[in-house]
This record gives sequence, C-alpha cells and structure tokens, in this order.
Amino acid sequence: MELLAFGETGWGDELLIATLMTIAVSITAMFIGFIFAIIFTPLKLSKNKFFKLIGNSYTTVIRGVPELLVIYLFFFGGSGAVMYVASIFGYNEYIEINAFITGSFAIGIISGAYSTEVFRGAIQSIDKGQFEASQVLGLKRFHYFFRVILPQMLRLAIPNLSNVWQITLKDTSLISVTGLVEIMRQSYIAAGSTRDPLFFYSCAAVLYLLLTYFSMKLINTLEVKYSRGY
Amino acid sequence: MDFELMINSFPKLLNATLITLKLLSASLFFGLFIGLLFAILRMNKNPLINKFAYCYSYVFRGTPLLVQIFIIYFGLGQIEFLRSTVLWVILKEPYWCAIIAFSLNTGAYTSEILRSAFQTIKPGFIEAGKSLGIPNKIIFYKIQIPIAIKQSLPAYGNEIILMLKGTSLASTVTLMDLTGVAKYIISTTFKPIEVFIVAGGIYLFMTFIIHNAIKFLEKKYSY
Repeated sequence: MELLAFGETGWGDELLIATLMTIAVSITAMFIGFIFAIIFTPLKLSKNKFFKLIGNSYTTVIRGVPELLVIYLFFFGGSGAVMYVASIFGYNEYIEINAFITGSFAIGIISGAYSTEVFRGAIQSIDKGQFEASQVLGLKRFHYFFRVILPQMLRLAIPNLSNVWQITLKDTSLISVTGLVEIMRQSYIAAGSTRDPLFFYSCAAVLYLLLTYFSMKLINTLEVKYSRGY
Repeated sequence: MDFELMINSFPKLLNATLITLKLLSASLFFGLFIGLLFAILRMNKNPLINKFAYCYSYVFRGTPLLVQIFIIYFGLGQIEFLRSTVLWVILKEPYWCAIIAFSLNTGAYTSEILRSAFQTIKPGFIEAGKSLGIPNKIIFYKIQIPIAIKQSLPAYGNEIILMLKGTSLASTVTLMDLTGVAKYIISTTFKPIEVFIVAGGIYLFMTFIIHNAIKFLEKKYSY
C-alpha cells in the first residue's frame, strides 16, 4: 500500500495526474472525432459519388487498420508533415510536436471514423416523413436541422456514442508508446523502477475500470434525459 | 513517395502477416470456447456463478487490451510460485502470453455476443422441442446452438475484425507481427507514409476477406 502513497515515496499522486491526463486526452480526442464526424457524415450521405467515396474510404480505412499503426504513422510522420507544410510558408526550422497533440489527433481520427458511422446510422433511421414535414411547414434549413433532426438524432446516437467513448478511452492506452505520460505509461515507469509490474498494471486496470464505470453512469443519465417523451 | 522501399518492404511485411494470422486464429479458437463457457455460465440461475461470469466480461471489456497483455506478460512472471510450475514454460514466451491475453479478451466479447444470441431465441422453439419429448441436452445442441450461431454471425464478424486489429498489440511484447515489422521499418527508414500504405493495405485486404466470408456465411445460414 505504501507504493501508492502520495508525495516523494509513493506513486499515488503520479498515477492521479496520469489519470487526469488520460481523461484529458480522451475528451480532446472525442472532440476532434466529432469535428471529423461533422465533416465526413454529410460526405457519406451525399448523393455525389465522389464525395461518397471520400467519406466511405475514410471510415473503411481507419476502421480496418489497427489503431497502433495509425498512432505510429502520426508519431513518426506527424512532425515531418507539419514541417513540410511550414516549409511551404517559408519556415525551415525543426518543429517538434507535442506528444499530447499527436496522440489526441491520432486517437481523434480513429474515434471520428466510429462517430461518423454512428451519426450516419442515426440520421438514416429518422423517419423520412420528418424531413418532408419540415419542408412542407417551410422551416428554414437551420431550424429544421437543429430543432427537428438533431434532437431525434441524439436520442438514437447517444447509446452508440457511449460505445465510441469507451473505445476512445481504451485506445488512449496505446498512446503510451509515444511517451505521453498517461495511466499506461506511468504504470510502466512505476513498474520499471519498483520492479513490481503485477501491482502497477493491476492498478492501471482498476483505474480504467473506474473510468469506464463512472462515465457509463454519467452517459446513462444523459440517455434518460434525451429519451424523455418516448 | 519512395516506391522502391514500398516494394522492398512488401515481402518482409507479408512474412510478418503469417504471425499475425497465427495469433488471430489461435486466439479466436480458444476465445470461442471461453466465450461459449461464459455465455452458458451467464445464463445459469445460480446468482453466484452468474455474477462471476458477468464480472469476467465486465473487467475484460472495461480495460484496454494493452493492460491485459502487460499484466500477463510482465506481471505474472513476478509470482514466484508460478515460476516453479509447468505453466512457466508457456508464460515465459511472449507468443503464448499474447495468445492468452487475446483469447481471454475475445472470450469476454464473444460471451456477450453468444449470450444475446441465446436470449433472442424465441421460447417457442425450445417449448416445441420439449413438447416433442426431446431431451434438454439435445435441444441445446440441435436447436439452441445452431440458431445462436446464425444470430451471432454479424456481431461475431465484427469481433473477428476487432481481434485482427487487436493482434497488432503483440508488437508491444517484442513479437514481430505485421505492426511490429512495420514499426521497425518506419523507425529505421523514417518513411512512415510508405510503410503505412503497404502495411495498412495488407490489413485492409484481410478485413475485406473476413467481411466477405461472414457475409457469405450469413447468406448461407439465412432462412
């Protein structure tokens, strides 16, 4: 137990900070994922064949390739790509990207592919009559999307988004390979310096379980909120 | 684009794919048995057995696969008692540790898939079997299992693809699978995009085949 003490002697405070880091990366990644989903969902649903192809290839490639490979691509290729873009604008110094940004971007792209599928499914399962009715009523596009489609879509999407959240949360453990100190990396460091891997990896497992447990509780209350009236 | 590197690395990556496929098939094989066992335990009326099976699937689905591999590979070696038993022969090999971790993980997901498949079987089928005087065991083997297999095929197909992606984690415990070799080539040549295209292409090709095989089976077993 003294291994988990706070302060100089134990690893309690380090693990706590690492847990907060995991939460921060997961939320950032989920958010980046939403941005990707907002861009790619309309492409996937578009009638234009070219746009549809772009949307479909994004979700197919990302969901068919291991997360770790995507992370390696960003880890090794990230700063190169940024430097290439910078060199177009005439900046030729070495740019090192922060592990947090690379990590949350890589996980964000993965999570975005899953979110896109969820949004697509939710929009497609809304009754066609709803679209037609709002057109007949002469609602403006903005009102029709935010007042009619979005609330119904969220009700259908939240249970699936909670799955995406779980996947994203668990995927953040993979960024430990890039050296970002989140739960997994911290346990690795602690296990290395105390020679007690069993204990620290079990701690990591418990921390992840607590995170998934409490986030599920939170999402369940959201689910209840958005399904009122059904 | 360095096409020469892409062509040169292709055979190396293809060689590594063999290990990926070995890991995948072994863990799916063991995982299916574990999954079936825990699905049956989950439907047991004894609350203690039921809770145990629930906890198993909750823990393995709630923690990242990486943690599970690390606990088995780095953690179990620490227990002195295990080192003196026969089990140590297996546990000191990263290959077997990875297979154990993958099997336990996919077993947890498979048990959930099978359980929901068993639960969607209409009670009428079982009642019909009972009223015909068919023994419970035969009802289970000849009625429940075939229907459950058919019901769970689409979800199980997804699980196979997830597991294929999961095998990439074997590279973290020193195994040179497809991702491991890809990482090695990337870190020696610093050409991530080219290697990613080749390795990603191989993975996509495998997902494509799995996806279509499952689709074919679904069609075959539909009524």
